[in-house]
Amino acid sequence: MFRFIVRRLLQMVLTFFGATFLVYALMFAVQDDPIQALVGERPITDSQRAALTERYHLNDSFFQQYWYYVKGLLTGDLGTSLTGRKIADMLADAWPVTLRLTLIAIVIAATIAIVAGVISAIRRGSIFDNATLFVTLIVLAMPIVVLAPLAQLIFGIKLGWFPPTAGKDANLYELLLPAAVLASLVVATELRVTRASVAENLRADYVRTARAKGLRRGRVIGVHVLRNSLIPVITLIGVDIGALMSGAIVTEKVFNIPGVGFNLFRGIRTEDGPLVVGFVSVLVIVFLVLNLIVDLLYAVLDPRIRYE
Amino acid sequence: MSDMNALTAESPVLQPAPPGGAGKSRSLAADAWHDLRRSKIFWAALVLIVIVLLMAAWPSLFTSADPHDCVLSRKHAGASGSAIFGYDFQGCDVYAKTVYGARYSIVVGVFSTLIAGLIGLAVGLSAGYFGGWLDALLSRFVDVMLGVPFLLAAIVLGKRLASNPENSNGVLAVTLTLGILGWTTAARVMRSSVITAKNQDYVAAARMLGAGSGRLIFRHILPNSIAPYVVVLTILLGINIASEATLSFLGVGLRGDAVSWGISISEATGYVRVAPGPLIWPSVFLAATVLAFIMLGDAVRDAFDPKLR
Repeated sequence: MFRFIVRRLLQMVLTFFGATFLVYALMFAVQDDPIQALVGERPITDSQRAALTERYHLNDSFFQQYWYYVKGLLTGDLGTSLTGRKIADMLADAWPVTLRLTLIAIVIAATIAIVAGVISAIRRGSIFDNATLFVTLIVLAMPIVVLAPLAQLIFGIKLGWFPPTAGKDANLYELLLPAAVLASLVVATELRVTRASVAENLRADYVRTARAKGLRRGRVIGVHVLRNSLIPVITLIGVDIGALMSGAIVTEKVFNIPGVGFNLFRGIRTEDGPLVVGFVSVLVIVFLVLNLIVDLLYAVLDPRIRYE
Repeated sequence: MSDMNALTAESPVLQPAPPGGAGKSRSLAADAWHDLRRSKIFWAALVLIVIVLLMAAWPSLFTSADPHDCVLSRKHAGASGSAIFGYDFQGCDVYAKTVYGARYSIVVGVFSTLIAGLIGLAVGLSAGYFGGWLDALLSRFVDVMLGVPFLLAAIVLGKRLASNPENSNGVLAVTLTLGILGWTTAARVMRSSVITAKNQDYVAAARMLGAGSGRLIFRHILPNSIAPYVVVLTILLGINIASEATLSFLGVGLRGDAVSWGISISEATGYVRVAPGPLIWPSVFLAATVLAFIMLGDAVRDAFDPKLR
């Protein structure tokens, strides 16, 4: 186990530098004049330009600049947005509602995926199974830009079942519709993986043994099969967090939830470069850390990984 | 190799299954085509794709209205004989805008998938065939790329490329963005199927007969490992069309006077309470197009690998 953790941590360090380097390079590779972008249309004197160049280390080499950026990230100094607010403060304001939204979405997606996936796998080839596969195909193909506004229109405005927008201190009920939209991004893959892995485990020898011992069907499926089948699903939830982050940008914009995604959307629209890079960098780090945790959890659940 | 290409290009001149089924044994591709012909999903997807392609190539076949002919006095006017989907907030014909929107979706989708496909093929082939340090290096690089959620990277890169004033409507920028960022899955799939094919006996036999790397790759390994890669690309085409709409919705994709489903949806979200039509129609067309490519990929995969069903 110890060796696994060490190797995974080293891998994480490599990915961290690779990913942040990628974001940094993407942002700065094709940049023309950052100082002009900062001051906008106004003319700028030579001394001001020199001061700004000094302040933002623009005369340093690319790698030195990258180092300043990583140092800022690690010490929580994300710089200031073009609106003058500290990006770290904006993030602190925005993340609670996004966290709640994402958690509800994960719960909704996992519940539907596991329940429907298990039933599908037990009754392979039945009407339920085929209908589920067809529905997941359609859900898989629904872009979030289609799903979010249409869900808002149908369930929020026309039917009036849910409030069409949610504010900063939205309660569970207000967040339910946006969370369901978000969940739809990941539920289809999770369901398919659950179905495939339950179906595979149902044929395993230990299931036959459990049945031969005379255990009830409910216990065989609920304890023996499910425990072994959920391992791949848990890894998938880690990967899905990336999809949920991307989806949250559109969902929060459509439902007016002032979370991380909403701020990012506004940053894109108002050409707020520092805000976009700051938020994206933090999201990338969150994604990496969560995936690390999921991988370690995976090793706890599956001894084959641990003792490799 | 020829019938494999024919299948993946969806050409109608595929070899028919031998009459009676007995006699000559079928190749893997012919077998897959035999299954595919019976798949309802395959035909439904194909019909949808042909309609969208026609729309992209000759939009005037479907509408005689001009999507840029906007009159503010018609703002949010309802459906009528001349404009069956009504008018949007600028008084443009929603049906005409929806039909013309197909073009950029297809152009961006196809070209970004080609770019991603070429990078993925090159990376996957060389990593899988040569192995060793090259494989380790390329695989780590793919891991790093996958460490950044796709849309987040696309926002950063798209924003940068779009700031270049030379491409005013953003078609080139968004195509490059999706192409540069989208190749990882294709590369992974290609790599693993090349590794499988490389260790087969017929490759060893060909090598012993003195075939060089080029001949081994292009005559023996590639034809036998390309099917999963083609499936991934078909699905990627659908995903890229959806991503283009998402980026355009966010404001880092197509811009300016480009007619795009993503832009139409983005504009219409502000007016859903007054006029849902301009939101619904581009959404339906976008969803149907993406669905068609994903269904096609799904059907082809099932045909090539019956075990997955």
